Amino acid sequence: MSEPDTIQSTNAIPEPPVEHAHAHPAFQHHFDDMEQQFEASHLGMWVFLVTEVMFFGGLFAAYTIYRTLYSAAFADTSRHMDVILGGMNTAVLIGSSLTMALAVHAAQTNARRRLPWFLIGTIALGSVFLVVKAFEYTHKWHEHLVPGLHFQYEGPYAAQAQILFSFYFIMTGMHALHMIIGIGLLTYLIVKARRLAYSSEYFTPVEMVGLYWHFVDIVWIFLFPLLYLIGQHNLGGGHS
Amino acid sequence: MSSVPLVHEQPITPEGRTVNYLNVRHSIASWLLTVDHKRICILYLVSITFFFIIGGLAATLIRLELITPGGDLLTADGYNKAFTAHGIVMIFFFLVPSIPATLGNFLIPIMIGARDLAFPKLNLLSWYLLMIGAIVAMGALFLGGVDTGWTFYTPYSSRYSNTYVSIAIIGAFLAGFSSILTGLNFVVTVHMMRAPGMYWSRLPLFVWALYATSLIQILATPVLAITLLLVAVERSFRIGIFDPALGGDPVLFQHMFWFYSHPAVYIMILPGMGVINELVTCFSRKRIFGYEAIAVAHVALAVISFLVWGHHLFVSGQSIYAGMVFSILSFAVAIPSAVKVFNWTATMYRGSISYDTPMLYTFGFIGLFTIGGLTGLPLATLAVDVHLSDTYFVIAHFHYIMVGGMVLAYLGGLHFWWPKITGRMYPEGWGKFAALVIFVGFNLTFFPQFLLGYLGMPRRYYTYPDEFQVYHVLSSAGASILAAGFAIPVFYLLWSLRNGPMATANPWGAKGLEWEHTTSPPITENFVETPIVTEEAYHYAPEQEPEIVGA
Repeated sequence: MSEPDTIQSTNAIPEPPVEHAHAHPAFQHHFDDMEQQFEASHLGMWVFLVTEVMFFGGLFAAYTIYRTLYSAAFADTSRHMDVILGGMNTAVLIGSSLTMALAVHAAQTNARRRLPWFLIGTIALGSVFLVVKAFEYTHKWHEHLVPGLHFQYEGPYAAQAQILFSFYFIMTGMHALHMIIGIGLLTYLIVKARRLAYSSEYFTPVEMVGLYWHFVDIVWIFLFPLLYLIGQHNLGGGHS
Repeated sequence: MSSVPLVHEQPITPEGRTVNYLNVRHSIASWLLTVDHKRICILYLVSITFFFIIGGLAATLIRLELITPGGDLLTADGYNKAFTAHGIVMIFFFLVPSIPATLGNFLIPIMIGARDLAFPKLNLLSWYLLMIGAIVAMGALFLGGVDTGWTFYTPYSSRYSNTYVSIAIIGAFLAGFSSILTGLNFVVTVHMMRAPGMYWSRLPLFVWALYATSLIQILATPVLAITLLLVAVERSFRIGIFDPALGGDPVLFQHMFWFYSHPAVYIMILPGMGVINELVTCFSRKRIFGYEAIAVAHVALAVISFLVWGHHLFVSGQSIYAGMVFSILSFAVAIPSAVKVFNWTATMYRGSISYDTPMLYTFGFIGLFTIGGLTGLPLATLAVDVHLSDTYFVIAHFHYIMVGGMVLAYLGGLHFWWPKITGRMYPEGWGKFAALVIFVGFNLTFFPQFLLGYLGMPRRYYTYPDEFQVYHVLSSAGASILAAGFAIPVFYLLWSLRNGPMATANPWGAKGLEWEHTTSPPITENFVETPIVTEEAYHYAPEQEPEIVGA
């Protein structure tokens, strides 16, 4: 692929694995070279994200079915969603995607001093999101809207509302769990980045966590309109 | 191609043997912390054999109970727990990991000329996830059992069952993640790690089959994960996601469950087909007939598998129009399946067939898979299925695929690659004998069940009218022969580890990198030098003029 290697590759002599004694410390010897290793990690991460899409996809499908079945109840429950807090959190998460992208860029361009700060910024914004989410959850608790544990709902839609709130908690809960895992991964990156483990030669983990983080953000980008915006009672939605 | 040395400098162990992946280290830690795909294959081999025995014991209880029409051995509850244990263990802990995690793990890197899978540590993690899942699920079974059937149908599983459903679900959930990570590893490995010259059009068909399997594992298993999670949440918090009494929809559970579990059926047969591809061409001494057609058929089966889940819901209150579409799509499964059966048969036509043990299993597979496949067609027919649904006809049908297909292919593959995996030959006479015993025992067990089902015996009942007894006695007698047939290989294969003749690098004279470029057993890095592939797969005989039948 690259020009200086052409002579070697036309000779078609595969290099023995011993040759990699001088290779980067992160190099794993069952790969031919760093590029193959990076490409493999990249593909692996994308395939993993596909499995995540299917995981959330199942959840979204079930949600969509109940939303269609119980559109009147859905319109009724949507007035309990806090659009202000949800919207704020959306902005916070998009901001964290920016800092994450800057972190990946910093790793790629050898900006070793800035890298930990961008990672810390991402964690900070992610934490803000989780704190706001926690406030929303407590709010729901006080309003008796936690299915199974603390649920009271006035009106004709009590049973259906419980299902819809179950989906609210499961969907946002799974999303929050993914964020917590992401924050754990970012913490690991900060420790390694402070030891100068990442450079333009080797930044695979930063890039992989970046992909993961962006994916989790995108899930929220779908969750926010589905749960908070469409079917808002004052925007029309049910036909009760 | 033959000039590449198999071993570089012939390093020698203190006992005077050449170093290979098995004898390079001996400590227990060197096995439990290994990242060598070949050693992980051995870990899987030992553990799934254990699970197979557990699942087999549950089957023994079922067959013993059914010898008499009354409930003599088990209570109704005990019977429910026995068939649930049989299903959960055999499906999640034996069939799904069977060929991919053992033979696939061992062979995929070697067949494509790589030193290991793309993510060796992830591979080890897959094994540990399966083990933890197994401990959790077995824990549920030994604490008192689960009585929902392996399908966990709601609202029974979520509201009414007072057994250890949630624990079993967590076990299945963990096993699912193991399966996802194995599939991910295979996909990346096949894409990224192929040796020079190993084009997609030269991949052994076993790799194609495992690639198609991996796609299903990646795309379907996460849906099972979220479905089981929803059941566990519903059960824990008493909310009615799938409970009609609380406004939920139980048929939605069935849709989501079978969206995974129907493709999972193909996770449990495609790898077997992959093995048969390798065996039929080797023991016919002839290039496989229609390489491209078979490769496409593997992927086509994986694709179609996602479009047919509704045929499990013909009598569950699914709309009749959905049923018609799912019925037609289910018939489509027959096309790629038949492509393979015809191609295997055509491969044998005018081949130089030898009747070694793996080939006997191949014959068994082709015959039994054909019966299992053809009996799927009446089940896919809407009106006929109303009569056959949830009867022993269904049981017989899927056991012809799962046992007659997958388990026979697994055993055939295990015998075929046993010299490569262990460096020893198994005793051929015993091998043939066991293959015949299994074939006879299998048919005696399951063929009467077709008749039982057609006569109206429903599945999952522990008592039955007297007129069914003769079929149940035949089936239980067959099961005891089948059990003996499965036990024999355990003994002689273990015996061969110490006493079998040493295997040469290529005892079958087979084609493929694993035979032509590695020692038996291989070294830890598989190859001394990365092989360069210069010919098509299965270059067994020079191309001959096509014979025109009847000309």
